[in-house]
Amino acid sequence: MQELGLIFRALLRNKVGALLISLQIALTLTIMVNAIFMMQERSTQMQRPSGLDEANLFHLRNTIFAQEYNQQVNLEDDLALLRQTDGVVDAIQINAIPISGGGWSMGLKTEPGVDTSSTGVAVYMVDDHAINTLGLELIAGENFSPTDIEWRPSGKTSWPAKTIISQAMAQALFPDDWQSAIGKTAYINNNEPMQITGIIKSLQAPWNGWDGVERSMLVPYKMESSGSRFMIRTEPGRRDELMPIIEKALSESNKGRIIRRITTMDETRERSYRGHNAVNKILSSVIIVLTLITGFGIVGLAMFSINRRTKQIGTRRALGATQWQIMSFFMIENLMISSFGIILGVAGAIGLNIWLVSTFSLSPININLILFGVVALYIVGQIAVLYPARKAAMISPATATRTA
Amino acid sequence: MFSYYLRLAWISIIKHWGLSLVMVTAIGLGIGASMTTVTVNYLMSANPIPHKSKVLYNVQLDSWDVNEPFNDDGSSPEQLTYRDATYLMSAKKAFRQNIQAQANSVIEPDGDGALPFMVSARANSADFFTMFDLPFIYGSGWDESADANKEQVVVLSNEINQHVFGGENSVGKSIKIGGNYFKVVGVIDYWNPTPRFYDISTGAFEDSEEIFVPFSLIAEEKVNRSGNTNCWKPPGDGFQAFLNSECVWLQFWVELPNEQAKEEYFSFLSAYVEEQKALGRFERPLNNRLNNVMEWLEQQQIVSDDAVMMMTMSFMFLVVCLLNTVGLLLAKFLGKAPEIGLRQALGASRRTLFAQYIIESGCIGIAGGLLGLGFAWLGLQGIEVLYGDMLKGLTGLDTTMIVSAIALAIITSILAGLYPTWRACNVQPSQQLKSQ
Repeated sequence: MQELGLIFRALLRNKVGALLISLQIALTLTIMVNAIFMMQERSTQMQRPSGLDEANLFHLRNTIFAQEYNQQVNLEDDLALLRQTDGVVDAIQINAIPISGGGWSMGLKTEPGVDTSSTGVAVYMVDDHAINTLGLELIAGENFSPTDIEWRPSGKTSWPAKTIISQAMAQALFPDDWQSAIGKTAYINNNEPMQITGIIKSLQAPWNGWDGVERSMLVPYKMESSGSRFMIRTEPGRRDELMPIIEKALSESNKGRIIRRITTMDETRERSYRGHNAVNKILSSVIIVLTLITGFGIVGLAMFSINRRTKQIGTRRALGATQWQIMSFFMIENLMISSFGIILGVAGAIGLNIWLVSTFSLSPININLILFGVVALYIVGQIAVLYPARKAAMISPATATRTA
Repeated sequence: MFSYYLRLAWISIIKHWGLSLVMVTAIGLGIGASMTTVTVNYLMSANPIPHKSKVLYNVQLDSWDVNEPFNDDGSSPEQLTYRDATYLMSAKKAFRQNIQAQANSVIEPDGDGALPFMVSARANSADFFTMFDLPFIYGSGWDESADANKEQVVVLSNEINQHVFGGENSVGKSIKIGGNYFKVVGVIDYWNPTPRFYDISTGAFEDSEEIFVPFSLIAEEKVNRSGNTNCWKPPGDGFQAFLNSECVWLQFWVELPNEQAKEEYFSFLSAYVEEQKALGRFERPLNNRLNNVMEWLEQQQIVSDDAVMMMTMSFMFLVVCLLNTVGLLLAKFLGKAPEIGLRQALGASRRTLFAQYIIESGCIGIAGGLLGLGFAWLGLQGIEVLYGDMLKGLTGLDTTMIVSAIALAIITSILAGLYPTWRACNVQPSQQLKSQ
């Protein structure tokens, strides 16, 4: 153990080099820990289930341009055509697509009036086929019956009598007992009552960055609208085969409209989280490259310090030091340098996190992550110094007798 | 002497090629990463209309719910109600004014077999074209009388003109839009301001529209409005009720040639809001805003958080790379102590030694900078692949960026070389010679 003091004193003779490595390690730790943290936050968001049977769903836009167009009759025809197509499980008209980025939101409250605060909720206008089409799980109450479905002309702003809400919405409205929501009345537009007749396990809102992304409601409406969407669920594995067939069938059945943007739910998810995915890929490359640079820096500096000390090392060997003692000298030296850097780095990581939290409203960092970073950098340091240390150990005792 | 030092630097770099490679790569990666993120930030915050950005102002009025501000920070809604915007339009208190909203429609080209297709439209008033300097190939915008008389006129983008009329001068011809015939009055050349400052409610980096039609046709329901709509009060049933509602969905811009005109316009806005308060509207505190283009973009924070975070990270990354270079240069130059001692003994002054080693650092910097440019180019390609059309137009490397990358590389590597060079020049010749 008396060697420690020796190594430390030797280290002090080349303060600047050691300090530079320490600073590199400190910054690497700072960046690494925060980058991993940011990646974890994004991954958790991406892993939240949408509540839909995503693999077998696709959607399209139905844009009506003809002047004389009987919307009610044609919508029934379209739905009948879709639902009768071989391989289609079910289909609906819907006003917005979950996690697509664009949709409709309203506020619900449990007491009527203008002065009480309301809870934001995503609105999906659908008929009684929605639960089957989207693959939702009804966990309480019942589905809409065909007689519940009303026609909604464009520009209408009053609401129907019933609604089915997601469990997260039920919890937001009735925090004590979400199951008690069944049969209760919620108020929309401050004082229009709607009775909650069903609760579905989960259904995400169109906006993935919204903190209320799990809060949504189904409203029993068929829309008279020149720009609506259809959502179609196919039998497993038949989605790609059916997409062109359905596009063609709809386009040819009525020339007064355009069928466009036929998109799978998988693609919608990919687009929705593309930014998240990109950031994660960039951050992981940053971490890898940064670690490599720091590693190579350690190798380079250690090699040079060994070259400069060739004669001393040879002398120590001649005086009886074992190869292992020489190796451990450099490994312990690296451990000391790393420790200094890591102490700075932990402070830096917390500091950067505080800045990120205050500037971009991220959540505070997890302490385990810092521990992980500390261990990772100790390992990187030891691996990096291994090769130079081995070279040092190979220096022959005879070098001591040579000049220069 | 300079070429001699260059040769010495070259010999030294080649002799320790492994170390030099690590240094050049490190600088290259640091510069590459910073340049990539700086470019994205720089393009996101670019001035989309430099010659006029100081005289164009976005108008914000706070017509929102008395109980809850529109934005958490208390700022006014970004868009106006139909009532307020049409009033401001008719008051004509600014040098130029322009009311606009996003819309869409279907074009049905003549001829058999030509398929109808969707177009994105902007419903705007006459001054739009002069205010935002649209480049016309044929014809021009419409005039105020066309707005007032609700004439069915249209300005086409070059692309739509190609698609429908094969690119010929279509001014005076008619085109079927949303079931009605519109007369073409102008065709514009490619025009795609980035960011799309005149309407960021539907995305600051979206493409500009394909056709432009008079705003007054919205009330006639000759075009379908679209875009972002926010209401704090139920608008009531029907389109007329919607127009009279407190929903915000319009962008309003004015051109004010000088500071005095701005102040006058601002007091006009205040007077209008006070008047409306008397009528029971605008229950929130007075909160009118008049921001010029860059102030507006700044206020709307269109540079994404991700971009800023990435830039911060990449600068820290560059610092790591530089620390690395300082350390390696230090090791390298100190390793040359015997050589330096010898040269000093033979009469080399500290100044010449200093120049020689700074030149060596600079060479490493230039090599790193060039490599960094390559990495920046690769990085931007990578970002384009990862983000696709989300960052369309934001991943180009222009001359400014190329020059700054090289300059940054040279400056940083010379800075990195300063301390090691200084240490190297302080070598005691006697000591070095003794140990030879």
